[in-house]
Amino acid sequence: MRLGSTEQEHAFRAELRAWLVDAMADLPAAAGADDWPAQRAYDTAWQRKLYDAGYAGISWPAEYGGRGASPSEELIFLEETERVGAPYVGMNFVGTLHAGPTIAAEGTPEQRAAHLPAILRGEQVWCQGFSEPEAGSDLASLRTRAVRDGDHYVVSGQKLWTSHAHVADYCELLVRTDPDAPKHKGITWLIMPMDLPGIELRPLKTLVDVSEFNEMFLDNVRIPVANRLGAENDGWRVAMVTFGFERGTAFVSELLTSIRLVQDLTRIASASAGSLSWSDGGVRRELATIAAELDALWAYTKRNVSRAERDGNAGVGGSVFKLAYHETRVHLGELAMRILGRRGLAFGDDASVTEYDHVEERLYALTLGIAAGTSQVQRNIVSERLLGLPKERL
Amino acid sequence: VNLELTDDQVQLRDELRRFLADRLPTGTLLAQASHPGAVDRGLWRELAEMGVFSLTLSEAGGGLGLGRAEAVVVFEELGRACVPGPLVATFLAAGLVDGAASGEFVVGGLLDSPEPVIEHLDALDGVLAFDVEGVRLVDPPSGTAFLRPLDPLSPVHRTAPMGSGRRLAGFEAAAVMRRDADLLVAALQVGLGEAAVVMATEYAKSRMQFGRVIGGFQSIKHLLADAAVWIDVARAAVHAAAVEVDELSAGPGLGFDGHTCSVASARIVASSAANRATATAIQVHGGMGYTWELEAHLFLKRVAVLDNTLGSPDDSLDHRASELLAAADLAGISN
Repeated sequence: MRLGSTEQEHAFRAELRAWLVDAMADLPAAAGADDWPAQRAYDTAWQRKLYDAGYAGISWPAEYGGRGASPSEELIFLEETERVGAPYVGMNFVGTLHAGPTIAAEGTPEQRAAHLPAILRGEQVWCQGFSEPEAGSDLASLRTRAVRDGDHYVVSGQKLWTSHAHVADYCELLVRTDPDAPKHKGITWLIMPMDLPGIELRPLKTLVDVSEFNEMFLDNVRIPVANRLGAENDGWRVAMVTFGFERGTAFVSELLTSIRLVQDLTRIASASAGSLSWSDGGVRRELATIAAELDALWAYTKRNVSRAERDGNAGVGGSVFKLAYHETRVHLGELAMRILGRRGLAFGDDASVTEYDHVEERLYALTLGIAAGTSQVQRNIVSERLLGLPKERL
Repeated sequence: VNLELTDDQVQLRDELRRFLADRLPTGTLLAQASHPGAVDRGLWRELAEMGVFSLTLSEAGGGLGLGRAEAVVVFEELGRACVPGPLVATFLAAGLVDGAASGEFVVGGLLDSPEPVIEHLDALDGVLAFDVEGVRLVDPPSGTAFLRPLDPLSPVHRTAPMGSGRRLAGFEAAAVMRRDADLLVAALQVGLGEAAVVMATEYAKSRMQFGRVIGGFQSIKHLLADAAVWIDVARAAVHAAAVEVDELSAGPGLGFDGHTCSVASARIVASSAANRATATAIQVHGGMGYTWELEAHLFLKRVAVLDNTLGSPDDSLDHRASELLAAADLAGISN
């Protein structure tokens, strides 16, 4: 076991730190919370900076234009960018972390050429069209129908939770091409340009009062067959390919943010009076409990990265992390609301002296048990893959 | 970063696991419990011969010259097998007290405490007594009353105040020993929790109700998943904290350059994970879990003994809180 850096890791960090000093110096002003075109401009400008410096596609293989960095180097990249408050991956999430790696693994040379360089340069923003109103945890039951018509698929149906669809260029779309096959065997993965006729978007406001999500209605959208990734009816396997790339780094940035949230809450409690201030032993120990759990989750992240370095992916460790992290973040959010008291009855605003918006973070914590596999699904995964208990009968 | 065990560490772990499975097979824990008070001196010496107490002593000093990283791997196995006795205090005494490393001299440990209750008194040759100035070696107190023990494998006596004894180390060296104790207690608790999860999982795979194994019900699967998740997280915390101690004591090196996991955090998370896992094991066993003859309760009770061994999770929480305040103050100044 080793925590300290190797020469190579140390050099990587030093070079990155030096670059970040300059890169952060001429950062444009951040976009407003619900101003998605401005958010896109901000996020893609950062992506372009990363590209020019050779940090875009940090984990992508070099043959597809990526950095080809090891999981440890990726961890260092996320640590250092978070440390200086660099922009989050944001709108480039689906492109750089999901659709891009899938196209690299499964795409034709033409598909790779059309999308991979553009994603890396911040010129293509992608969204994800997987979930549907009747296909949530049971994703494979999706119904959006694609019927072959010559060299096109004609697609109709409805997708849900499509983040950033209103400013995206492309959508990674799962459709049903064989309604008679078993549900996992009749799905196809398509690249859908978002400017095609027949796509209607309706913003879906979240309980945080922003419209990050969309409902996406597809009415006879004609998608070229050349946009199919992998074989017809092989889309489920294609969609699962990205799980094999999971390096245990998905939550690094926000875990480090959480550690800062606890420090910030410590400052707030120190400046408060009364029974929910730092002078109260119960409050101190509750904050220390959360800090200890976040420390442990940071250690676990390093464990997952080490496993990815050895095995190629973090395996069930991603589910283990997410379950524990969700529990800790909910506790942190609830404690924050108690410490804030009546100050927690309003969202922070730009004039707020508080560095972080604990009210919004408390609400955000709720998504950790829902998005990217609910905690209930994750517990099934852990009990089956880690403990070997019988599989759910699906 | 590499938090995977090395091949040597895996070998160390597997050898000890095989040895303990042979020497303390399922069912023998209870047999020992029916003879309270005795530390098995034969087993103690065998463990000593394997280097359990002398792992981190230099090879010149008769030890194995290994680090805390190996020590926590070994102590997790000792926890997993629920090995009774003052393992942590004897480990701390090795190198300072003649005969401790070889298993000839069994050493207990106590903090200055208003509640002078001591485990394994009848087996002890000496006691490490921690006080505000450091640590001293005292004779086992006499004239004490036997109490009915919570953990049948950890007999307890109410003691008279400790004698003055002989000063072994001053404040700074004693603080290092306390930190090592926190690490080793955490490692033992991770092992106890792991054993409880394994035991309950095996039971859930074979116990039939409503015409199917109960391990197929989500209500049981999710209970066990939650227990397993936190044990796995706690293990990583213990490993990371131990490696950090090793690397910091080895010199500045290239540094970590990032957030680290403190020893206090490891003890906090290990305690909570082990309490949860051992209680879950009893729940999954249902009524049988509440009986004396099933060994599940021994794991839960040992976790409680360890929560009161050379400090407590609450001491660690206070320590972590002070680290938090210092970090928040520093961050506040830099902003």
